[in-house]
Amino acid sequence: MKLTIKRVPTVVSNYQEDAGERPRGGCGRNCLGHCCLPVSELPVYAFKANPTKLPLQEDAVPTDFFINLLLGQWEDRMTQGLFRYDVTACETKVIPGNLGFVAQLNEGRHLKKRPTEFRVDRVLQPFDSAKFNFTKVGQEEALFQFENSGSDDSYFLRSAAATVADRAPNVVAINVSPIEYGHVLLIPRVLDHLPQRIDQESFLLALHMAAEAASPYFRLGYNSLGAFATINHLHFQAATQRIPLAEGGIKSGVKVSKLMNYPVRGLVFEEGNTLNDLANLVSSACIWLQDNNVPYNVLISDSGRKIFLFPQCYAEKQALGEVSQELLDTQVNPAVWEISGHIVLKRRDDYEEASEASAWRLLAEVSLSEARFEEVKAYIFDAACLVQSQVEEETDDAIYAPVPVGPSAVGEGCLVIP
Amino acid sequence: THPFPAGAMEGEERRLAASLTARYSEWVLEELDELRGSFLLTDPAMPGHPIVYASRGLAALTGYPRRELLGRNARLFQGAATDRAAVSGVREAVRAQRAHQVAILNYRRDGSPHWVLLHLAPVFHAADGRVLHFLAVQVPIAPASPPRRHPGRPAPLAACREEARGEEELPCASHVGEVFVDIDKRGMETRRRLEAEELRIASGCDKEMALSTANNIFSTLNRYSKLTGLVVCERRCDSVGIPALSSSLNLSLGRIKQSFVLTDRHLPDMPIVYASDAFLSLTGYSREEILGCNCRFLNGPGTSAEVLEEINQHICREEACTVHLLNYRKDGSTFRDLLHVSPIRNSSGKVAFHVWVHLDESAKHDFSGLTPEVWQLGAVGAVRVAVRSLSASGSLLRPSQ
Repeated sequence: MKLTIKRVPTVVSNYQEDAGERPRGGCGRNCLGHCCLPVSELPVYAFKANPTKLPLQEDAVPTDFFINLLLGQWEDRMTQGLFRYDVTACETKVIPGNLGFVAQLNEGRHLKKRPTEFRVDRVLQPFDSAKFNFTKVGQEEALFQFENSGSDDSYFLRSAAATVADRAPNVVAINVSPIEYGHVLLIPRVLDHLPQRIDQESFLLALHMAAEAASPYFRLGYNSLGAFATINHLHFQAATQRIPLAEGGIKSGVKVSKLMNYPVRGLVFEEGNTLNDLANLVSSACIWLQDNNVPYNVLISDSGRKIFLFPQCYAEKQALGEVSQELLDTQVNPAVWEISGHIVLKRRDDYEEASEASAWRLLAEVSLSEARFEEVKAYIFDAACLVQSQVEEETDDAIYAPVPVGPSAVGEGCLVIP
Repeated sequence: THPFPAGAMEGEERRLAASLTARYSEWVLEELDELRGSFLLTDPAMPGHPIVYASRGLAALTGYPRRELLGRNARLFQGAATDRAAVSGVREAVRAQRAHQVAILNYRRDGSPHWVLLHLAPVFHAADGRVLHFLAVQVPIAPASPPRRHPGRPAPLAACREEARGEEELPCASHVGEVFVDIDKRGMETRRRLEAEELRIASGCDKEMALSTANNIFSTLNRYSKLTGLVVCERRCDSVGIPALSSSLNLSLGRIKQSFVLTDRHLPDMPIVYASDAFLSLTGYSREEILGCNCRFLNGPGTSAEVLEEINQHICREEACTVHLLNYRKDGSTFRDLLHVSPIRNSSGKVAFHVWVHLDESAKHDFSGLTPEVWQLGAVGAVRVAVRSLSASGSLLRPSQ
């Protein structure tokens, strides 16, 4: 039985609607495709190869440089009017409760609704260049290339050929329908037309971006197909979030825990040494899920040191008609931002009435059942060569939540004195 | 009835003019002459709280040549039918050193009465908070239609006048209490006419006109005070009365390296509510000096009025703008400023502040490859993130203690 979903709001580029009408070759639109990008210039941010080491040279960029660059470029695109709406003008509030969910009223994001362009019952699908993908995006939406400097220091070039790395460039572009300020897309090797599937190299790239940002507000996310990714072209999302996550200490060795006291069952990966080890571990878990057709979402936080992996089944339930009409009417598709506590609502009533209970109800539908989760977890550990007993030691004290549980869990600087 | 004998007039005028020129330099008089509107400046520290400057517009409006107004107390505009309550209100505002607006019946030199909206505002010395001058703007109020009889008022009596004439001792001037007290010379002969005068109410337009005239005067005084190293404010420039920012917001803003301030348009005269360390280094002011003040203290004679107006327009429309202008440090030196001003919204989606990011274009900077514009916009982005950050209670401001 082929599963379909009728209406899914998509992440649209300014050019998405035109994709069918434009002539092929020689597009003349200065896009990110083979026709234009190889002969164009974009700024390049070269990230440090080993983020945990301190910068060696005096002229290495300062630690807040990456965020400054990203936000400055984003703000610049705002002044150019490239976004569909001003996301800072959307009302937002913290939903009272222990979990500190954030509800945002965003009537503009859902204005264009179109059926999703691919089947939602298969996590892995081949790339189809006829469908919308990021090579069709205009270069003004691209902010900079993101490449490995190969050294211990980061540096920035205001302008460099897009072929500066000897392979397809990784591009950071704006999301023209942002859910938050600074919402961008990280598109690894844009010209290689990779489909939406995680591999170790692309995941490591995402971790590097989190490490460069070095900010408790900045998070990256990934949605697989079937977990509400809307474009089958490999991309991660990144955005500033409203509540900073308390920064964890450096731990040695890999720590994998089960997320407790949270509506969506998931795994938490933490690692203190190298990004590479963490990338290996998490990507092998993702690969198992992909290969076995389990949709999932990934949240990268704490500058790349803490990763949440959420297998989910909402799309399947939707297609089978197992989701209540009430939830369907909110038109919330629980992708990574929603699962991590940032719920974008289209209707004012839903926004006014948003409660932790209603958010919990929605997210609980996303979660795998306990039995199914344990089953999947076992397979993942197998695939990632994790020892079960090692994990069991850790779960006792694994009381995690993506957002601070209460004021006591939050760093001192985040409190408001009444 | 000129207060000074002819020979001493010039000396006296110089003395009165010095009240202004010593603070704002010689050029301020010419500059004030260029401004439109009817207004005067008084000096409460001089005996009798005299008028030290009267605009051309005021001369035209009241029929008094400017020379006749200098050195007089501003009560000379009042007459028999001037409402006692209005006069007390003004006197009280002067005593309390605060701004005040009231519709009041005044008299021209020829004795004819006319209604004006009187807008009174003190000019404070920023550093020590004392009142240097009072500014009084007069905007004529047109008659409303149809004219109607106002409730009958008792004819002014000598007893009333005596009561109205206060003899209060004040810290900065001994005669301020007599500022706007009735004089009894006129009015008797025009009482019949006065009975027909209806009570006038100033329209929104009149109030705006008064406010805008006052702002222009403040801007002028500010620009020229640069030349003498003085900083003046429309209100006492201290942090009390400005809601303090939450500690988490302060912390987040403190991490931003660029030179910027945040202003709050919802407070009177859009004061600065936050200033970064880099801003203080750039301009030479201390935080205490400028928190609570409007940004105009950065402007000086060489600052383009058109550019300032452009900024104002964008602020009113809640739009961002980038401008180049000449600004002044505390020591009077100038710098070419690349200034970006943008509205900043809080979590409700409404504009909470404006951010002003400054960049000294003549100084050498290392932006590690970023263009100056992007570097500035990075500050705007960082401020947005900081202001939009939510905490458990969701509030960024707390009332001052």
